[in-house]
Amino acid sequence: MTLLETLRVAAHALMRNKLRSFLTALGVIIGVGAVIAMVAIGEGAKARVEEQFASMGSNLLIILPGTTSAGGARGGFGSMPTLTWDDLKAIQTEVPSVRYAAPALRATAQVLSDEQNWTTSVTGTTPDYFDVRNWRADRGAIFADSDAESGNKVVLLGQTVVDKLFGAHIDPVGRNVRINNVPFEVVGVLARKGQSPVGQDYDDAAFVPAPTFQAKIQGGLHKFLAGTIFVSAVSPEATARAETQITALLRDRHHIQRGEDDDFSIRNLEEMANAQQEGTRTLTTLLASIAAVSLLVGGIGIMNIMLVSVTERTREIGLRMAIGAKARNILAQFLVEALTLSLAGGLIGVGVGLLVARRLADEFGWPTLVSPGIILIAVLFSALVGVGFGLYPARKASQLDPIQALRFE
Amino acid sequence: MNRETVLVQLEEVGKVYHMGDIDLTALAGVSLAIEENEFVAIMGASGSGKSTLMNILGCLDRPTTGRYLLAGRDVSHLESDDLAEIRNQTIGFVFQSFNLLPRTSALENAGLPLLYAGVGTRERAARARESLERVGLGDRLGHHPNQLSGGQQQRVAIARALVTRPKLVLADEPTGNLDSRTSVEVMALFQELGRTGITVVLVTHEPDIAAYASRVVVMRDGQVRSDRRQAARRAAVGELLTPAHEAVL
Repeated sequence: MTLLETLRVAAHALMRNKLRSFLTALGVIIGVGAVIAMVAIGEGAKARVEEQFASMGSNLLIILPGTTSAGGARGGFGSMPTLTWDDLKAIQTEVPSVRYAAPALRATAQVLSDEQNWTTSVTGTTPDYFDVRNWRADRGAIFADSDAESGNKVVLLGQTVVDKLFGAHIDPVGRNVRINNVPFEVVGVLARKGQSPVGQDYDDAAFVPAPTFQAKIQGGLHKFLAGTIFVSAVSPEATARAETQITALLRDRHHIQRGEDDDFSIRNLEEMANAQQEGTRTLTTLLASIAAVSLLVGGIGIMNIMLVSVTERTREIGLRMAIGAKARNILAQFLVEALTLSLAGGLIGVGVGLLVARRLADEFGWPTLVSPGIILIAVLFSALVGVGFGLYPARKASQLDPIQALRFE
Repeated sequence: MNRETVLVQLEEVGKVYHMGDIDLTALAGVSLAIEENEFVAIMGASGSGKSTLMNILGCLDRPTTGRYLLAGRDVSHLESDDLAEIRNQTIGFVFQSFNLLPRTSALENAGLPLLYAGVGTRERAARARESLERVGLGDRLGHHPNQLSGGQQQRVAIARALVTRPKLVLADEPTGNLDSRTSVEVMALFQELGRTGITVVLVTHEPDIAAYASRVVVMRDGQVRSDRRQAARRAAVGELLTPAHEAVL
């Protein structure tokens, strides 16, 4: 008896009881559907977090200047500029695991076009900053190193600022805007970046070269770097190394003794991202485990129905044995029936799971991510459930005595 | 008796069932030889051992003592897989309650034994059709058991027994669930099988039915009480239409 024939016999037996077969498979359908949906949602959430952190910059470290302590009142980080321009140069040249380091001097200022005005965050920086943050110009171009060095009055605008000052469909490149009453030439518009993980609009910003910022917007303090330093490590794995190396370098440069506190602090975005991802992963695992339990319950349902079916069809089994079925034929028949139920349930479950995942993803505005791997695992697992829970009833059927079975009422 | 033509040879066959502490002797040394083409009726009260004898003849059970030679082969001590093969290839079964698969066409029911003989789908259908035509159901191939009368259902079961071209057909009270008119039809079929080289062994408790056989073996207390040949009553189709039968119906 070939496998195909066994399959046909099993399918025929299942079709004799369509509703019951469907209800039995329903347990597996729900189980697999739930697993697929949960994993898809979890993966989608994870991808969303990854996307958000990636939008902040790649392998990002942010160095904040240190604290002051005046009469026992301790200021927070950034309350006093402790980072110098020479620190920045040292980081750029002396730390091998650092790819880019860029200053970010920040002020809130009013920007005016000929028609409108808009108050936004103005940042003084160098072209490296845009590499650190994976940010490119949509129109025009990022200002050059030469602009930064010679303090040219050029500005890059975020898309939101462009919308507010010029309207959405105007190309402002080449036009002038005024910041603190100083005219700046718009050299580029930055690509839309969306929201930060905390909901801040990245595109509501303007960028000017750092020396220009110091000269025209902030003024004063030329030794100290009155802002933060954005650092990009050479690889995601290198961020921790870069953090240690920069800490050592800055402590050395600032002559901080062993045991004394740092006068700066370093935020590692990679770690924050990992922590957040760990959270979603835990949640996904939890939900998927719960879903897997329902798959198990589905398996028990299959076993139950198969046992009922074996009892109900005792005479059929007896007849099949009398006309020449061997024990292994009967075993195969019932095993394949259980397997067909669970596999069909698994496949339908995958479909249902995908639909549910898509609906939920639409609801939350997440991407749906279902890897072929998880589908394969779900289908294989449902097959395993079928074999596992079908084996006992099938063995029971195959070990019947044909004489007793034929006499069974 | 010519050994060449002996199909069934029982030599001092005994069967003892162990029911807890009690040993129950179902067969106490039965010796019996059935030749090819014979139509044998086995009679006896319940508990006489006729069912046990049938089970052993049908290779559904093994004797505790003695020897059973089927077509010259000793099958007394074979493993259950080997017995299944013999049942499949050498024996056809007909039961009192038909034992057809529900919601399954006559064609598929009749072809079922061939499934376990490893015969391909197409040949299975062809042989099942041929077998059904032989029992006069060529026009009922697609019918399910619940769409057939009792007599027709039993004929499907006979077609199923014949589909493997067995040497021996065992019928256990085949007319037990049939009215007398259809009983005669079924007996006519069995008589016809004998003419085409098939040995038929029939268990019945009705002398009327046993009368159609050419030999009657009566069992009692696990032993053969009497064994006689007789002129079989002819189950002619014409007989079905006699006024006597009309009256019975």
